[in-house]
Amino acid sequence: MDPLVLVSIRNLVKRFDITGGWLDQFRFSGGKISKERTVVRAVNGVSIDVAQGETVSVVGESGCGKSTLARTVMGLYPAEEGEVYYKNTRIDNLSEAQRQPFRARMQMVFQDPYASLNPRMTLGEILREPIRFHQPKLDKGAVAEKVALVMEQVGIDPDWHTRYPHELSGGQRQRISIARALTVEPEFIVADEPIAALDVSIQAQILNLMMDLQEQNNLTYLFISHDLSVVEHISKRVAVMYLGSMCELAQAEELFQRPRHPYTQALLSAIPKLGKAASHEKLTGDVPSPINLPPGCVFHTRCRHANDRCRLEIPQLLTVEGGTQVACHGVEEGRL
Amino acid sequence: MDKLLTINNLNVDFTLRSTTLRAVNNVSLSVNKSERLGIVGESGAGKSVLGFSIINLISKPGRIASGTVMLQGEEISSYTYEQMRQIRGNRISMIFQDPMMTLNPVLTIGEQMRETINAHASMSAADVDAICLEKLRKVYIPSPEKRLDQYPHEFSGGMRQRIIIAISLLTNPSLIIADEPTTALDVTIQAEIMDLLLELCETEHMGLILITHDLAVVSQVTQRIAVMYAGSIVEQGATEQLITNPQHPYTKGLLGALPQRASRDGRLNQIPGVMPGLAKIPEGCSFRNRCSLAADICLTQPVLEEKTSGSQVACHMVK
Amino acid sequence: MAFLRRIQRSDFIYYFFRDPVAYISFFILLALFVSAFAAPLIAPHNPYDPTTIDIMDSELPPVWSSEGSARFLLGTDDMGRDMLSTMLYGMRISIIIGLGAVFLQAAIGIVVGLLSGYIRRLDAILMRIADVQLSFSTYMIAIFIGATFQMMFGVANYEKIAAPLLIFIIGLAEWPQYARTVRASVLAERRKEYVEAARVIGLSRLRIMWRHILPNTLSPVLVISTVQVANAIMSEAALSFLGLGMPQNKPSLGSLITSGFEYIFSGTWWITIFPGILLVVLVLVINLLGDWIRDYLNPKLYKG
Repeated sequence: MDPLVLVSIRNLVKRFDITGGWLDQFRFSGGKISKERTVVRAVNGVSIDVAQGETVSVVGESGCGKSTLARTVMGLYPAEEGEVYYKNTRIDNLSEAQRQPFRARMQMVFQDPYASLNPRMTLGEILREPIRFHQPKLDKGAVAEKVALVMEQVGIDPDWHTRYPHELSGGQRQRISIARALTVEPEFIVADEPIAALDVSIQAQILNLMMDLQEQNNLTYLFISHDLSVVEHISKRVAVMYLGSMCELAQAEELFQRPRHPYTQALLSAIPKLGKAASHEKLTGDVPSPINLPPGCVFHTRCRHANDRCRLEIPQLLTVEGGTQVACHGVEEGRL
Repeated sequence: MDKLLTINNLNVDFTLRSTTLRAVNNVSLSVNKSERLGIVGESGAGKSVLGFSIINLISKPGRIASGTVMLQGEEISSYTYEQMRQIRGNRISMIFQDPMMTLNPVLTIGEQMRETINAHASMSAADVDAICLEKLRKVYIPSPEKRLDQYPHEFSGGMRQRIIIAISLLTNPSLIIADEPTTALDVTIQAEIMDLLLELCETEHMGLILITHDLAVVSQVTQRIAVMYAGSIVEQGATEQLITNPQHPYTKGLLGALPQRASRDGRLNQIPGVMPGLAKIPEGCSFRNRCSLAADICLTQPVLEEKTSGSQVACHMVK
Repeated sequence: MAFLRRIQRSDFIYYFFRDPVAYISFFILLALFVSAFAAPLIAPHNPYDPTTIDIMDSELPPVWSSEGSARFLLGTDDMGRDMLSTMLYGMRISIIIGLGAVFLQAAIGIVVGLLSGYIRRLDAILMRIADVQLSFSTYMIAIFIGATFQMMFGVANYEKIAAPLLIFIIGLAEWPQYARTVRASVLAERRKEYVEAARVIGLSRLRIMWRHILPNTLSPVLVISTVQVANAIMSEAALSFLGLGMPQNKPSLGSLITSGFEYIFSGTWWITIFPGILLVVLVLVINLLGDWIRDYLNPKLYKG
């Protein structure tokens, strides 16, 4: 493996069984009782390598599996198939105890600044907990010093450590959420839509903060977002997901200049541009349910260029010029 | 030009315990016939409260403290509840952010549409159904005859928002107030809904007040934009003018913070600090604590007046 | 200090003193609690001391009727005990049993609710046990256990263990209320991102349940606790009324009502009516306070 690769995700598959109790498994149809399970296929064979120090963004609309991918990488969900490597160590099959050292190196920032901080704990308690847990030998003064340091790093007055989350604004809470991730000095941070719930002017503050912290602390980000326009400037590479599959993975500039996959093109053109009249490529129809994935290319039901091959055969990722990986029969055949 | 809606010096207060907070501060606005106006601001700027106060739907502890709202020359802000009911959903329709909250989950789409018509007019069942189908076709719902008997949960988010738009069209309103109509939707769906709203306003000659936090969305749909900050309008002008040549420091900051305007090295231009809560709005110019241009004169409250650029701006530092 | 400052800044005191039902109930309850627990100090007689009781004083009416005696403000019962003193002592027993039973219910219910809400494998089995428990009525269990114990130890020994036994019975019968409430809150809380954040840090399940989830499920627990205290006091009174509660020589409010019930048709109404009124007032103010706390903690209902 490339020694520069920090985190490697290989053919990751995550399914959720939403059948419920065993009684719910029985279906009555056509005069017969049959037993079946309802399975949501959230992530279907996604592979991404994240190099040390870079930001890889995963972009897609709601239900595309991007948050599930993030949580599976973090070990919050067990993976059904595939592997996750951290610096050549396979971590997806580790026990909780074996995983412990990796917890300090991989951290996560969450979407909802109102739900991601325990409302009954003060900021100081929230930030001390991970330090005490991962460095139990540290004395009280050293812990307090460290808390003050990370609070300063994220731009929150360390004197606020006795305050409760509800006394803070959304942007300030998100800063604390980032600070909590930083307390254990991670190398890799998964950020799950960290700015989606914030106001525009605050979004810019948080994005800038994250970029500064990346520089200072040599962090690697896996950045999850539904908004392509946000990721353009912070990411080195961008992965576009649709219905649990990866459509396209490319250098950020390349993706914004020359989107290859029809879905990426539609997504890009749907971003509202300041002052310009809308001239976007219209997508028709709705996103199919991840319970009954369409056969063949998952995007064919909404794709203008779909033909019979797209409806039957699942496209594989193909590296085209510029290093872009794209999963589309049309691109492969040269008709797009 | 014909004025559709005029708001004069509107103040909306919220009384909590013994303190009174001003959520909408001396707002004057007007919408011409079949004009599209955008109201832009961050959460807490008072833009939704303003939208609700137009149709007098402010619930306790909020109330309209002073000011008037005129619809086609009638002063509707002094109407009784019963008179107002004839305006709401009839001459003015409202579209909200979350389509699932607006639709009643236990009634079919058809029942909800018929109910709206019957509340404002009496006509035969066949006529009512004909109107329902016509409006559903207008919002591009495929095979509307079948869809009438379905429940809201059988539709996707985008479809639900289309149905809500169809319901708002039922009584041929002259003004639609859309409060963050696409915030809960995905980008590709958002684009569709915005196209639809724009198209309908043009074909049906309706006025539109689009309330949103998204400057880019508003710039595509509306002809005029009003920017709200901490309860007041800080800048108002023609869309093109306001987007290309913003005057107020807050508008400039808001536009600069958009990722599309990021500088080469990737850093975004940020406005320092946060918008103050209603209880902590500074005296004088409400933006002065975050403003790089702030001077002594900003301790007095600036008035919204026309500046050389052609926009109305509430700032002492803009000539 | 920080805690006091928080209380001062919160709306609690403000809304409390704006609602007359809330503060009147609170002060009545406070007065009842103080007089119950200060009974040995403030009661004019000691009903537990047989040497001070004279059978000749039995069934004296309250002081304001013509045959009343100034020594006995609310009259005496059939054994010649002062009604007021006996009621105060009785209320103390009722309150102790009520609080004790609720403490036991909460202890069992919170643990079971946390486990079944957070560790999904345990959910099915624990909740079925709770269902089975709920399908027996409190009284059925109490009658069964009470009768068994009376047979096993004899009536004399039963009197010694009556109070702890009642706490045990009522506590055991009602824990599923807590378990279900806590479980429902846990199910809502465990999906929140702060729990995921705690898991990302690597904290153990026990610590996540105890330190992160439990404190956030306590508001509904507080609300049902008030209702449960009132219910437990009522259950105890009902059991005593059936003869399965506190014995006559250490009467609770319930057993006082029973003991007077035999005489009510012979005109000796006060032995039943006074403890009855006291019981109703006690349970009513607890319920009113509970309602107020529920409304306060759920501002959507309160501020309409």
